[in-house]
Amino acid sequence: MNITLNNRSEVLDQNNITISQLLEIKNYTFKMLVIKVNGELVKKDQYKSFIVKEGDDVNVLHLISGG
Amino acid sequence: MTFEEIKAKLKNYTVGIAGAGGLGSNCAVALARIGIGKIIISDFDVVSESNLNRQYFFNFQIGNKKVVALKENIRRIDPEINVEIHDIKLNESNIVSIYQKCDVIVEAFDLAEMKKMLIETCISNLPDIPIVIGLGMAGWGDSNSIKFRKSENIYICGDEKSEISDQNPPLAPRVGMVANMQANTVLEILLK
Repeated sequence: MNITLNNRSEVLDQNNITISQLLEIKNYTFKMLVIKVNGELVKKDQYKSFIVKEGDDVNVLHLISGG
Repeated sequence: MTFEEIKAKLKNYTVGIAGAGGLGSNCAVALARIGIGKIIISDFDVVSESNLNRQYFFNFQIGNKKVVALKENIRRIDPEINVEIHDIKLNESNIVSIYQKCDVIVEAFDLAEMKKMLIETCISNLPDIPIVIGLGMAGWGDSNSIKFRKSENIYICGDEKSEISDQNPPLAPRVGMVANMQANTVLEILLK
């Protein structure tokens, strides 16, 4: 399926995958993430159930300390 | 626009700053210098000696509440700026009540989990207010890695890679770059 990931188009072999699966496929191993799908916040407790579908716009922001 | 025109415009806006450390204190001072009407700033911490390598405080202010010291420093620059301070640890509920009337919110925490909490709270509860976040500014050199990008109404300033550690501390030059980049982004949003 085709999705947009962090403003870039991305082609994935799988259709309808969970956020957890997407993070695994993309090798995002960071713990502190803010994830939005089509502008809506997806919280950590939804990562295993929230389904990413064809055409979705996914934004993953990796937070690091410092300020 | 002339500076007088810019100042006349900025006078009508309120900018919220979450945290008065390296990012928050420097960003607040930059915004005060150009005449933002009102700044709302929250922090629960006191000024310590280790803060002085990057934060906009002075040696004689060690031991003072950061928000009180920052308000005083801004008053010395421009007594016309309205500075509202909250000596409080921010959480999901007080963020909404303190910052809901702001035109822009600046994320200026040090810890990643606090950054996450603020961003998630704003996305869920204050979706129409742009947030300008500081992400990645530890160490020194590598100026070209510090950049800006926009993700919907989240504006990201920083290198997005350098995390602080004992061997890679936050220091005035790079922290100041990101804090001023945040202030510059606020300007870009408000003067549009």
